[in-house]
Amino acid sequence: MISFILKLGARTLSLVSWLGKGALFIFPSALGMLSVLRRPQLIVQQVYSVGVLSMMIIVVAGFFVGMVLGLQGYIQLSAIKAEANLGLGVALTLSRELGPVVTALLFAGRAGSALTAEIGLMRATEQIAAMEMMAVNPYVRVIAPRFWAGIISMPLLAALFSLVGVYGSWLVGVGQFGIDHGIFWSTMQAGVEFQEDILNGIIKSFIFGGVITGIALFEGYNARPTSDGVSRATTRTVVNASLSILALDYVLTSLMFGGLN
Amino acid sequence: MFSKSMEFIVGLFVLLGLAAMAALATQVGTASLKKVDSYYLVANFENVGGLNVKAPVAIGGVRIGRVSAIDLNTEAYTARVTMAIDKNYSELPIDTSAAVLTSGLLGAQFVGLEPGGDFEFLADGDEIELTQSTIQLENLIGRFMFSGAEGGTE
Repeated sequence: MISFILKLGARTLSLVSWLGKGALFIFPSALGMLSVLRRPQLIVQQVYSVGVLSMMIIVVAGFFVGMVLGLQGYIQLSAIKAEANLGLGVALTLSRELGPVVTALLFAGRAGSALTAEIGLMRATEQIAAMEMMAVNPYVRVIAPRFWAGIISMPLLAALFSLVGVYGSWLVGVGQFGIDHGIFWSTMQAGVEFQEDILNGIIKSFIFGGVITGIALFEGYNARPTSDGVSRATTRTVVNASLSILALDYVLTSLMFGGLN
Repeated sequence: MFSKSMEFIVGLFVLLGLAAMAALATQVGTASLKKVDSYYLVANFENVGGLNVKAPVAIGGVRIGRVSAIDLNTEAYTARVTMAIDKNYSELPIDTSAAVLTSGLLGAQFVGLEPGGDFEFLADGDEIELTQSTIQLENLIGRFMFSGAEGGTE
């Protein structure tokens, strides 16, 4: 019994200290994000390593996800002779859910883990301490540009993913199964709305971008400065970011599409 | 460190992403960035069936607006449907009639308007007097079977 209470107390304390660390991390980062705007080149460099280098995996994944959706959708829809709605189904699935979510999961694995490892290693090799010695604010120089890069890149990547996915399903539906080209696009355009579907998807991917880079940078910054600590932090980034995205997606979906408004 | 080629590639990436968003908005969806003003018409139906808010309002199959609200008219116990019609189509005659229709046999329901011949036009907040409720498939089948059975006994 006493050991249970001890454990509970230890858990609570570690949760509180984690929250405190998070707050101590977020405020200087937010300040740094404002002051780094005067040096946009730092952000450009990070957009390259976070966004441009993630583009390949996003485009290829989007294409195959779209093709699978097209294939499975066609099989199910043709059973009730509704294959004309394939384009609509795929476009809604991609723009509302799969675009932002799968992109975010891939982004967490591709870019989030790299960010954590990079910053964790900076910590381990005392580069961050060296910056502080030289009166360079690491939040401005290291954290903030990466934060901006994540927030800028995610919506762009998610939009690319959705678009490529739609063309993937077009290839299967129109190319392979011979759905009429005009019907494929016209049912899609009649059913997909800009504000309801596409804009909400873009808002989602903005939020996911912030969450992923936030978790990745936090874990990297607070990683224990050993090789073991960095590896654990990287694992935690991928696990925590993926789970928070999936949970957050449900919350956002129910807010946006749940008919609560 | 910040080479021109990297800046170029990042610029290209941002352009590509924005182009994808634009393509999603225009190709995949129907982006109406210009906000269309609308005015409201009311119609009372005995039965709206499965009509939903945001269902299209159409004349001859062309969408001119959307259903903005469905509630119960507590005076006559009918379903009161409020429709938001685009300002572009402001010249609907006052003897226009409304019907709840179904696109296809099992498709979604929408409100179809049938313009009349009057020279006066409906204004914001006016009521469409002539309405026709949805055709309920269950009732239709029931009636058909009933009359079919009657016919058999004769």
